[in-house]
Amino acid sequence: MKSDNYITAHPTLPKFDYVKPSSLREASQLLTEHSGEARPLLGGTDIFVRMRDGDWEDKYLIDVKAIDGLNDISYDSTLGLTIGAAVNMNRVSDFPQVRESYPVLVEAIESVASYQLRTRATIVGNICNASPAGDTIGVCMLLDGVLNVFSDSEIRQEPLKDFFQGPGETNLQPGDIVTSLQLPVPPNGMIGKYFKLGRNNASDLSIVGITAIGYPDPELVSGFRIKLALASVAPVPLEVTEVETLLGNAPITSQLIEEASQTAMDACTPIDDVRASARYRKLMVKNLSRKVLTDVFSTLNDR
Amino acid sequence: MAHHRIQLTVNDELEQVDVPSNMTLLAMLREKLTLTGTKNGCSTGECGACTVLINGEPVNSCMILAVECNGAQVTTVEGLPQDGKLDPIQDALIEAGGVQCGFCIPGVLISSRALLDRNPNPTEEEIRLALVGNLCRCTGYVRIIEAVKQAART
Repeated sequence: MKSDNYITAHPTLPKFDYVKPSSLREASQLLTEHSGEARPLLGGTDIFVRMRDGDWEDKYLIDVKAIDGLNDISYDSTLGLTIGAAVNMNRVSDFPQVRESYPVLVEAIESVASYQLRTRATIVGNICNASPAGDTIGVCMLLDGVLNVFSDSEIRQEPLKDFFQGPGETNLQPGDIVTSLQLPVPPNGMIGKYFKLGRNNASDLSIVGITAIGYPDPELVSGFRIKLALASVAPVPLEVTEVETLLGNAPITSQLIEEASQTAMDACTPIDDVRASARYRKLMVKNLSRKVLTDVFSTLNDR
Repeated sequence: MAHHRIQLTVNDELEQVDVPSNMTLLAMLREKLTLTGTKNGCSTGECGACTVLINGEPVNSCMILAVECNGAQVTTVEGLPQDGKLDPIQDALIEAGGVQCGFCIPGVLISSRALLDRNPNPTEEEIRLALVGNLCRCTGYVRIIEAVKQAART
């Protein structure tokens, strides 16, 4: 299969059956029946690449985009943002309340591939694919995002903080279908930043991705709660909770930010791969955490 | 493998096509409808040579199944000219000398048309961001960007 793909002028997809159920129950049944040889299809921007490469050999792709509710995006002043699983990234970043209240999510989305790929790619797909490099995952984790998952006729909730088990591995079981992502209303005065280090400014996968959010919190010694998440430097998208503690418990100085950046570097466990060496990644985590944390803190402090 | 009979509008013409599950929109356009303006480059959604409009939005046609386009409105580079006249972005690219080997151009035209439809007066930064997903290995992009600016003025 693999060698065929390399020599044909039109690399074709391997054979599979496309099925488009109209209800969650039907889709879930199909996925359970064909466990191990079927997967849900959203934008396909990862699936088709993996299938062409011969990495994935599913016999069934279950297109869940026609299911009621999966195409909806809405904002509620108590519930926050609900992003249906099938809502593509461009629709999310164009949504007025997202631009207004979650600008760091817009920043993360706009760092993903290209505009035309984001017409297909989805946030929920990015999360379920569970790549440590997923650009939009860090911000969703830091914002306490929760997935709504359908299985056995009921919806359960999966907080993102405990969702990832390894590269491509999550708490999802065969037959589970994520219907939406819920992002709570952001805290007042929240500032966020996503910094992506790649070979070029756009379109590439990250070598290191740094997400930070911060907001005033009078209960803390420093007066600010600042959280940090890292991409591409561990088997899973990684929140470094020690940074939040460190920057909460003492007045924030450049020395303390330096210490927090060192903590981030110590917390990550990158590998050598085609994009960069582990050693380079570690150093970049320290340098870029310093940069991003300084940015977020000075913006908060200057207001 | 399952086959599907789909109906879609391609460049304002209603088409009925039989497609296997694993046929991409790109393969269907080129091989079933012989619309070979749309090019196959990388087959991984990176180069943008296969970009077409689906319901007005640009998509890499190598990254979407034909069967997913049932009921959709598709526009390829062949559908850009109206009433026998080239689209302003086509005229501008010719005038600016933005075409060398030409392989990326169908995708560049589609992405540019989509940009101008959603933002008639883009800044240079916005033009560059809109064309991030269209790789050109000849021109160095300068004249392509000039052409989009030019088309925005017309």
